[in-house]
Amino acid sequence: MELNQLTIKEAHQGLVKKEFSATELFKACLERIMAVDDTKVHAFLTVTEGLAARQAKVIDERIKQGEEIGLLTGIPLAIKDIIAVGGERTTAASKILEDYIAPYDATVISRLKEAGAVIIGKANLDEFAQGASNENSAFTVTHNPWDLERVPGGSSGGPAAAVIADECIAALGSDTGGSIRYPAGFCGVCGLKPTYGRVSRYGLLAMTSSTDVIGPLTKNVEDLAIILKEIAGLDKQDSTTVDQPIEDYLREIEKGDLTDLTIGIPQEFFGPGLTTEIKELVQRAIGALEGAGAKIKEVSLPHSQYAISVYYIITPSEISANLARYDGIRFGHRSKKANNLFEVYTKSRGEGFGPEVKRRIMLGTYALSAGYYDAYYLQAQKVRTVISEEVKKVFKEVDILVTPTSPHPAFKIGEQVDDPLKMYLEDIYMSLASILGLPALSIPCGFVNNLPVGLQLIGQQFAERDILKLAHHYQQLTDWHKQRPAIM
Amino acid sequence: MKLTQKEVEHVAKLARLDLTTEEREKFAKQLSSILDYVSQLGKVATEGVEPTSQVTGLLDVIREDKVEGCKSESQKNIFENLPEKEGDYIKVKGVFEE
Repeated sequence: MELNQLTIKEAHQGLVKKEFSATELFKACLERIMAVDDTKVHAFLTVTEGLAARQAKVIDERIKQGEEIGLLTGIPLAIKDIIAVGGERTTAASKILEDYIAPYDATVISRLKEAGAVIIGKANLDEFAQGASNENSAFTVTHNPWDLERVPGGSSGGPAAAVIADECIAALGSDTGGSIRYPAGFCGVCGLKPTYGRVSRYGLLAMTSSTDVIGPLTKNVEDLAIILKEIAGLDKQDSTTVDQPIEDYLREIEKGDLTDLTIGIPQEFFGPGLTTEIKELVQRAIGALEGAGAKIKEVSLPHSQYAISVYYIITPSEISANLARYDGIRFGHRSKKANNLFEVYTKSRGEGFGPEVKRRIMLGTYALSAGYYDAYYLQAQKVRTVISEEVKKVFKEVDILVTPTSPHPAFKIGEQVDDPLKMYLEDIYMSLASILGLPALSIPCGFVNNLPVGLQLIGQQFAERDILKLAHHYQQLTDWHKQRPAIM
Repeated sequence: MKLTQKEVEHVAKLARLDLTTEEREKFAKQLSSILDYVSQLGKVATEGVEPTSQVTGLLDVIREDKVEGCKSESQKNIFENLPEKEGDYIKVKGVFEE
């Protein structure tokens, strides 16, 4: 096995036993990037070779001195290029930030650096994390390593593809309405969206402040647990982080069996629109969990069908406000064609933003404008309450909801770029956990025509432990997560 | 729900977004179809329902008003990102017309 194919835990054991050095580990990933990225996968926007080499050298010195190292020490990670890494280009895959150098580290980055993680590069995404296919990146389209003619999913398509192509050991993404779970499903990796407020957003370029969450994409559930523990927790720099106990997730997921967990199967997530093959795979996975001792209960969430509409009102609205900062004055692109101050704003933004970002800014500005606020934004926030009450009631009877991650496997590049509404509806199973701030993850549960299929687990607020435990037990019974594509 | 060209122009102006004629036409059509879809929210009975604007229940998170953790290096880096500058000042076009 090549070093770049290892999981975090495996790589850690190798480093501890001095079977290889941190420098060798990062170089194995770098070689893999050189071999497949520019020509085939296009997962990276920037390879931070200098930074990684410096970090690895320091760590090797520490190991040589006999220092005890943590689980993430020396582990090469890919970072979605919407998270600030100080001194490195941070573009959000947008022309408006093409030359932007992040002035400081995001809180998650400083925590990971402190834990000794090695930053190997900035991975591709849909511009400002807006999209479900990675086709909205202003710079390149990431290709799905399972079938290079297909999308990797979005918006964390770069991180997901980099993980399954073994170009890194693990990655960090962000999830606003499915952006970690959805590409995890399409690429056959594990992806966790923590509870809203669990992980600091400081240094994450804001898209939808009320649902943005940073989380890991990895090769197995153990690695999700390892990264979550490191990045979770209260942060003075983000007033929306919550002071909740952080567990030793890696140890917790090993404990006991599944007999104390009740799984709810919301029938609305298995209706028309869901591909038969995926339905069968998800049902088989549920069967396996039942066989392992979990109790299964059919539940109903009639208002969950409205979650996606709520999401597509709230999201553009917050985008229109959050992206107002890109005005050509303090950072980012400034138009050379502007004749006055007003045109500095309009032309810089007109030239700098891509079509999807413009579309959402327009939609949000409209939804918030005089005369429409009550009908759209306020009504969406009220329906959010209705959905929330319904879900709370169901969570009195069950611990975890299990659903498919997507209605179909990865689609072809270019297939639906001209239909924004269809692209929005890709998030059909994703929005519920997002608008309610619930923790959710996707793990691989099978293949349809050699394309991976994702299983989504949604937990109660701050109950990451439960979904990680269930997912970990599933991975003890199956080896879908161990499959790798032959990149051709 | 059909958005007119005039409405699209008005919203673009509010959003400080310079759009081409082609973009305006395309957005009028696309935004209309998206708004049609999300208007299903009107079907949900919400009389007397309070809106949810956040999910963690945190209230009034405050801290002392003092500069903390801002390194002079970050300050320097911030200045380096300015599109146009003169010394330590951001250079912009005149705010008042002559």
